[in-house]
Amino acid sequence: MSSNTKITPSSLSKKDLPWQIEWDNDKCSFCGQCTSVCPMKAIKMSVSRKRMMNLSLGSGVKPSNSYETFQTIMQNTTSENACIGCAMCTQVCENHAIMPVKSDEPSKLAYHVNQGGNASTRGGRRKSNTPGVLDQIKFLRISMLTDPALDAGRHEFEMNTLLGRVLPPEENIKLLKENGWIPPVREIYPLVIGGMSFGALSPTMWEGLQMGVSYLNEEMGMPVRMCTGEGGCPPRLLRSKFLKYVILQIASGYFGWDEIIRSIPEMVVDPCAIEIKYGQGAKPGDGGLLMWHKVNKLIAAIRGVPEGISLPSPPTHQTKYSIEEAVAKMIQSMSMAWGFRVPVYPKISASSTALAVLNNIARNPYAAGLAIDGEDGGTGAAYSVSMNHMGHPIASSIRDSYLTLTKLGKQNEIPLFGGGGIGKNGNLAANAAALIMLGASGIQIGKYVMQAAAGCIGSEKDRCNICNVGKCPKGITSQDPRLYRRLSPEKVAERVVDFYLSFDMEIRKIIAPLGRSTSLPIGMSDAVGINDYHAAKRLNIKYVV
Amino acid sequence: MCRLFAFTSEEPLSPIHALEALDVMREGHDGSGVGLFMRDLGGPFEDLKDCPVLSGIFTEEGLRRLDLFLMDLGFMTKFKMSIRVPKTPPEGIPERHIYLIRAYECPRSWDDLPQEEKDRKLLEIRLQIRKMGEEKNDMIVFSFWPDVIMIKEIGDPMEVANYLKLGRDDLKARIIMAQGRQNTNYGINLYACHPFFLEGFATMTNGENTAFEPIKDYLLSRGITGYQGYQSDSEVFAHILHYTFNTLGLGLEAYKHILTPLQEDKLGEHPNEDFLRQLKMTCRRLIIDGPNCVIGCLPDNRLFMVQDRKKLRPGIVGGKPGLYAFSSELCGLDAFIPDRDKTKDFQPMHLDTAIVNPDRQEVITCRQTQKLPLPH
Repeated sequence: MSSNTKITPSSLSKKDLPWQIEWDNDKCSFCGQCTSVCPMKAIKMSVSRKRMMNLSLGSGVKPSNSYETFQTIMQNTTSENACIGCAMCTQVCENHAIMPVKSDEPSKLAYHVNQGGNASTRGGRRKSNTPGVLDQIKFLRISMLTDPALDAGRHEFEMNTLLGRVLPPEENIKLLKENGWIPPVREIYPLVIGGMSFGALSPTMWEGLQMGVSYLNEEMGMPVRMCTGEGGCPPRLLRSKFLKYVILQIASGYFGWDEIIRSIPEMVVDPCAIEIKYGQGAKPGDGGLLMWHKVNKLIAAIRGVPEGISLPSPPTHQTKYSIEEAVAKMIQSMSMAWGFRVPVYPKISASSTALAVLNNIARNPYAAGLAIDGEDGGTGAAYSVSMNHMGHPIASSIRDSYLTLTKLGKQNEIPLFGGGGIGKNGNLAANAAALIMLGASGIQIGKYVMQAAAGCIGSEKDRCNICNVGKCPKGITSQDPRLYRRLSPEKVAERVVDFYLSFDMEIRKIIAPLGRSTSLPIGMSDAVGINDYHAAKRLNIKYVV
Repeated sequence: MCRLFAFTSEEPLSPIHALEALDVMREGHDGSGVGLFMRDLGGPFEDLKDCPVLSGIFTEEGLRRLDLFLMDLGFMTKFKMSIRVPKTPPEGIPERHIYLIRAYECPRSWDDLPQEEKDRKLLEIRLQIRKMGEEKNDMIVFSFWPDVIMIKEIGDPMEVANYLKLGRDDLKARIIMAQGRQNTNYGINLYACHPFFLEGFATMTNGENTAFEPIKDYLLSRGITGYQGYQSDSEVFAHILHYTFNTLGLGLEAYKHILTPLQEDKLGEHPNEDFLRQLKMTCRRLIIDGPNCVIGCLPDNRLFMVQDRKKLRPGIVGGKPGLYAFSSELCGLDAFIPDRDKTKDFQPMHLDTAIVNPDRQEVITCRQTQKLPLPH
């Protein structure tokens, strides 16, 4: 900023930004790769002028000055061009000459991201600096002498879980005898790729995930399932045999459902299940949001909308006005669409009202389960205030729900699927096992998938998180071919298989020492403990120090 | 580890024989307690087959309260067997006032009740006595059922047997289940001692039940009278057996399918695939993870043994027509029936249920891969 430029309230210096670019003049080759890769245009090549003083020690020679020009990499300081710390510049620099560094004091940018009166939106997870409760849970009940620990590497393990309404055994036997209707139940792998829409994710990312899931099913014998999220499903997938690995999501915007309903007569297999999304942990009380940047021709066609407009789904399903209607009628309608052959379950955000939904579902014979999404869940786009300050942790929500089901005697009848921040600190198997032992039948993951399978670098500490505007530097959540071509679907598929296989081994390494192998240890709460007295009391597990 | 021994014999035998067989296997248990289940009774109980027999341990005050309680309900004592014990018990055995074995005549008002109703009332009365005893710590009741006696005590099995003089002539049964070493995982409490009994179904188990917590939660939430207690992780095996028969209406062949269902590869080939797949799903919370060897007895006097899926616990069945025994170890069986055809000994594996019917003619083995007899 030159000395005669106006200082406005939002004039920021490099020091005020959350990320500052450190650039090394000596190493820089001025190739320009960093500036061209930067998704934010946060850095620019610049030619600057500097004044050189010519001073002489001798007498009679007057000091003079001259001007030289030099090349530099400059950091923009406007809020719309602030560095997001993605470090793509570092990644492309062959000389290691450039890197974003986190500011050593709180950023001032937060006060200025609302330019034009627009509340800040972003993608990612809620900001957080503390480890989650799930990370603190330990597995205590180790078999040694009272009974032998099992060998995670050599033993046979039954890891699958059930998705679907399971009847009480006596009722089931009676219906079998009478040839009555028995609700459909799917045996699936307990780690489900949760709803991330075609639209939120780039075509290459979606294709990679589908390929990875298909490989796990067809080649590895692991019945892994993936939810579409709210955004429809590519027409060819709807008509392929791979649809059975897909959970179709319907949400309050009904995006893509015109195409899905039309394709039902042409489906060669049934989908795994239908998920009715009522809420999302990352932004409870808010609907899905696909910002206009990402609504290109393809996305518009699949969703059945015009191009280039933002797609905010309503916070709730507009045709319903009560829980009875919303849950009962919608579940029944969706079940009917597939001839009662496909499990239909609601997904809600964790909330202090979750138990009311659960109690309602318990009375609805068509409800195939309940998915609960906790506050640490990710999202492709949301208002920052919703993401950072709204929501309910998943651990106590799942625990309360499980204990309620146990009180009702329906803990085997309504599977609970928990999601929202599972593996957010990299401890996927440990978090998943803890949640299963607290009562979850299965786990949904989303952000972890982007991180592990595609190298998403977004974090809970203000790094990147620009999924909403389609500028994802890794091409994971972008609809811009120049960006998403960076991502190889084959490599994504490979990574999906990698992390599923390693998860499988890690979960065995947890449950084998607990002496469990014949069935997934759902609700095995005697095996877990925590060194936080209040958390232990709240979750009804052991307090250990 | 626990050790188990059970026999079924045409001739009524003293429980001392079962305890001697346990003693042979003493290297495998720590002598911390003993539990006995006797059925198809001989001696003076031979003619009292329809009379419920109350077995338990009482203080003087407890006995008084019991008498008043049962008299009020209209029960009449028909026969009692007193086990008098020396004033000072050997080291390791607690001092007790009386070990009660008493046969009652049911109240007149029960005469026209259907059998199921009578059974339910007997169970409720036992549970009420248990509750009264727990309130004042003066009564422990193990069973209140026709043709069944149960004795449990802390201490070395042989010492307990000598102390209680269990070798007496008038205490005999055709079916006896005995377990050495009592539950040390959850604190010694006589209600945590094997064998466990509910409405005619009895089991005892070797090994820790690692899936105890979810199974317990599930059984507790069934709302079935008698599914309570669970001071021991092994009590659930008796209740799952009870549930298999009384709630699901299935037979013994299905018990193993509930405890450890077939895995996918075998399930797909099974003649009852559809039924078993549904059973596996609906009874998933009852799946045990073992390692457990379960020996049990049914109301119709069948005796059986099943292993968990991993088959990590020992168990052998053998004998001769008229006398068969189920034992944790071969040495126990050898000591009890040395003159049997050892080539016919059978060690049930991960798919087997070994059964000896009330006619005591042979060991029948039932594999999970076989067709399941289903009720019509």
